[in-house]
Amino acid sequence: MHEVIKRFTRTHEFRLLLVIIVMAGLLAVFTPEFASLQNLVDVLSANAFIGIMSAGLLVVIITGGIDLSFAATASIAQYTALTVANHFGIGWTGIFAISISLGVVLGLINGVLMNTLRTSALIVTIATLNVFYGVLLTVTRGADIFSLPDWFNAGFELVFHTDAQGASLAINFQIIALFAAFLVTWLLLNRSNIGRQIYAFGGNPDAAQRVGFNVVRLNLLVYGYMGALAGVASLVQAQLVQSVSPTALVGRELDVVAAVVIGGASLNGGSGTVMGTILGLALIAILQNGLILLGVSSYWSLFNTGLVIIAAVVMMAMETKKRHKLVVQGVTS
Amino acid sequence: MHQPEPGGQITIDGHRVSHLTPVESTRLGVQVIYQDLSLFPNLTVAENISIGLHSGRVKAVDWRKIARVADEAMKRIGVALRPDDKVADISIAQRQLVAICRAMAADARLVIMDEPTSSLTRHEVDALLSLTLELKKRGITIVFVSHRLDEVLEIADRVTVMRDGVKLGTYSAKDMSDRKLATLMTGKEFNYECVAQDRPDTETVIDVRGLSREGDYEDIHFDVRRGEILGITGLLGSGRTELALSLFGMAPPDRGEIRVNGQVAKMRSNRDAIDLGIAYLSEDRLSLGLVLEQSIASNITMSVIEKLVNKAGLIRNDLFDSTVSHGINELTIKAGNPENKVKTLSGGNQQRVVLAKWLAINPKLLILDSPTVGVDISAKDGIYEVVRNLAARGIAVIMISDEIPEVYYHSHRVLVMRSGRLTGEFVPGRCSEDELKEAVNA
Amino acid sequence: MKKARASLVADLRSAIGATNLRLLVMLGLMIVVLGFMEGDKLFGVAGLRSMAFQLPELGFLALAMMIPMLSGGIDLSIIATANFCALIMAYMFTSWLPETHGVAWGLFQVGALMVGLLMAAIVGLTNGFLIAYLRVPPMLATLGTMTAVKGLSIGFSHGDVISGFPEPVVFIGHGSVFGVPVALIVFFLVVIPLSIFIKHTPLGSAIAMIGSNERATQYSGIDTRRSVMWVYLLAALLSAIAGVIMMARFDSANAAYGESYLLVAILAAVLGGVNPLGGFGKVSGVILSLIILQILSTASILLDLSQFITLAMWGAILIIASGGIVLKERLTEHLRTSRNVSQLKKPRAKAPFEVRAD
Repeated sequence: MHEVIKRFTRTHEFRLLLVIIVMAGLLAVFTPEFASLQNLVDVLSANAFIGIMSAGLLVVIITGGIDLSFAATASIAQYTALTVANHFGIGWTGIFAISISLGVVLGLINGVLMNTLRTSALIVTIATLNVFYGVLLTVTRGADIFSLPDWFNAGFELVFHTDAQGASLAINFQIIALFAAFLVTWLLLNRSNIGRQIYAFGGNPDAAQRVGFNVVRLNLLVYGYMGALAGVASLVQAQLVQSVSPTALVGRELDVVAAVVIGGASLNGGSGTVMGTILGLALIAILQNGLILLGVSSYWSLFNTGLVIIAAVVMMAMETKKRHKLVVQGVTS
Repeated sequence: MHQPEPGGQITIDGHRVSHLTPVESTRLGVQVIYQDLSLFPNLTVAENISIGLHSGRVKAVDWRKIARVADEAMKRIGVALRPDDKVADISIAQRQLVAICRAMAADARLVIMDEPTSSLTRHEVDALLSLTLELKKRGITIVFVSHRLDEVLEIADRVTVMRDGVKLGTYSAKDMSDRKLATLMTGKEFNYECVAQDRPDTETVIDVRGLSREGDYEDIHFDVRRGEILGITGLLGSGRTELALSLFGMAPPDRGEIRVNGQVAKMRSNRDAIDLGIAYLSEDRLSLGLVLEQSIASNITMSVIEKLVNKAGLIRNDLFDSTVSHGINELTIKAGNPENKVKTLSGGNQQRVVLAKWLAINPKLLILDSPTVGVDISAKDGIYEVVRNLAARGIAVIMISDEIPEVYYHSHRVLVMRSGRLTGEFVPGRCSEDELKEAVNA
Repeated sequence: MKKARASLVADLRSAIGATNLRLLVMLGLMIVVLGFMEGDKLFGVAGLRSMAFQLPELGFLALAMMIPMLSGGIDLSIIATANFCALIMAYMFTSWLPETHGVAWGLFQVGALMVGLLMAAIVGLTNGFLIAYLRVPPMLATLGTMTAVKGLSIGFSHGDVISGFPEPVVFIGHGSVFGVPVALIVFFLVVIPLSIFIKHTPLGSAIAMIGSNERATQYSGIDTRRSVMWVYLLAALLSAIAGVIMMARFDSANAAYGESYLLVAILAAVLGGVNPLGGFGKVSGVILSLIILQILSTASILLDLSQFITLAMWGAILIIASGGIVLKERLTEHLRTSRNVSQLKKPRAKAPFEVRAD
């Protein structure tokens, strides 16, 4: 046990956790609202979309790939599912089925192109982003949907406890989906052999093939999974803002990349944890929320996010440098 | 991984097999330990050893079983590695053990080792060889692929010689010698003669005094004269490459001084070294010596490109072309078109491109770090000839190598380096090759 | 005769490059097909002029993306830098510009331009420092500066649009000299020296070498860190020029203009033959790809297609282009292996000490 703790203290996650604890502690002292339950629920709901996407992107990045098309995928899934819901009474199962399966199909297109084109994932997904997005805007003519079914707008929540005054302790659709996405991703990566194959593939693609892992299938699975989570995230976002706009999601890809990267995943593949991604997301979310609560103009929140990203990537670069030196010394001595 | 051409057949345990896939081979008890080891640096030792447990259909990971399988495999061959360390954090020799354990965990009955010793120190090689013999005793068949002839003869019962994809024959190891084997491999007789002459009586080019660098080497003294070839030999990890990098300005020494042509040289980067006329041919030709993807011409001119310009700062085509053709002619590089990528050339010709690049700066001192690594045995002679000619032209040469014959037959003097110190000076011709070998391995 | 033609094709290919040849064929096909459909409008004076007005802004951004990609990196901060510079200049024009038209008035505008370029240089050097000295991967470093710089723009401008510029600035966006748009003239004034820089200077060729193998380049005595600093400095300066042109064309500046251009700039560079892994790329290829993208975009407007379908077509063209390359590789590989099989049938080496039959 002692060994495990010692190992953890040397990880990127541990340092992130320290920063977050210090930040949250200070915020709790200086702004009473920060530690309130309502604030927590608000922050979690507002970041659910980015969070669910980051869980999917983490899996892609661990294989050494990247996906920039998921926001377009989400827009298509969202638009289609809720347009159908506006005309037919398909209910929650129906819209989930539509948006997830659309997400998977579009994700698989990426996976197939990745397996056949043999060019960088960045280029493939920029191309598919343009195709998906262009087709969506052409078909919809860029029109928003403002009236959604009432049952959808109402959402749903799990009520844990209602106190005497009638105030309830409940978690909403967004938070449930967010936790579910991270839980499923964690199970996939750490408790299934496929997840371990994904790590192995990201760490050494040639060796993965030599050991006999089916890397073509792994690529399909990873991009398909990303698509499925994009489908879920799209509904989460539509429910939160109570409307659907084909142009609202595209352009947020790099925010998701930032969360995953701050969480310690390397774009070279092979590394990255669910825990790290959660912490990376939390760091950005708490920072933005905290500064607003402290009365800092919200116009400056993006700048601060930028500084955090720079600090995180510089810290990681230093760590890699140090580690590299250690290994070299270890080999020669 | 690769399917053979139709027509041949592979028989395992008396059964003919066709269409071997990695999974199929593993099931039949065949394990390959690749030269690059094919480990997963981001996973732990235990998971690497038990990686086979992850194959197949979707299932839950049994972490206890992974730990148990890894533990059993390590016990079977008697190695103790910490199972929770990441493979990226352990040494090359330890990684080799992990790869062997992985083969054990897969219940291998036939282990194919591809160049397993290429990046190990002598001490580690000995450990690996005795481990291999131990495996043999337990009835495991081993195919040991290596270009290091002495190791092959030390360990093998039978030796199969291959050249250009064709099997030349299988011989009993007992009746073989290094020399005979080399002749078989290259198809020509090798009659090495020592340079065996006194070091030239010319002016000193470089004079190293009391050079030390923490953790790499200590208290190094030597000098090299114009036209002299100085061999430096030592095992991997003896500090030889670090010393070379210090002379090339890329690893500043902590103490001591380097004098070039009598002047104390303070080098802050390899650019300073190059300005002083020092060139360094890296042992890692593929990633440090050449830009494989780019053309032969741009590789040759890389070291002097900043000087091939007119007053406006633009590259002069006439100077560029003459530098390229001069390099190609002088080193007789067999390049169809200088615009071809360097990676299309053979190992020997690639090394000539590196030499051409350095000759373009008109070097006074040429440091060659393992100049014939990855060069065909038959093309090695050509490289040696080039080196001798360069020395004859008055260039001082330092030739670093762990192949004893290489330094023994091609230098005026040989310095032996061990654990960061120079431990002996030998003059080939006044000592035997075996004496030198002993001094290195002692 | 046939032989002569074959060698002519080979000469042509080596002179303009395989990628450019492919792009030229693609361009030719498009001109023929679209010429039949909308020829008089698309390739008439009005059509050409509208294309010429639009091309430079994406053009500068694509070139700004190309140089880092040539060095094996990427610069995600180009749009943020362009907008930042535009905002700084716009602020100076609208708040501090002297009322009277005179020498001070003119000098002030040149000064504002210089300040804008200086700001871009600072961003570029920051990128370069992070990447060359702190060894942060380019995508991450520029993701950070992109966010921070855009954050600065939003922080200062509160997300507002600044507009109302003096005539010379408007002239850059809307004016033309002898019928040629000023922006296009600026574009060629920059492109020609840039092309010479990449092909014919030591630094330019060092950038390509770094793109293929940074360490080997360093071992050969090239100051790779200084070169990488230059790469990101140049990228930032080119984005600053793009910022000036966008500002002039829209008559306004804002922190969020042209964000969709970021990924399109990468697309244009890759379509133009810039290797996403670094080491290879020509300015001429990027210009050809820009022309192709621009014609597609203008044609779809003329054909009354949705303007958005252009995006989809751009993406599809990139997929088709890289698919074509893979297909060609597979075919040549297939040919080579079938040739090798026939060679393998006769042994290439025989046992030693035998007389060789050939």
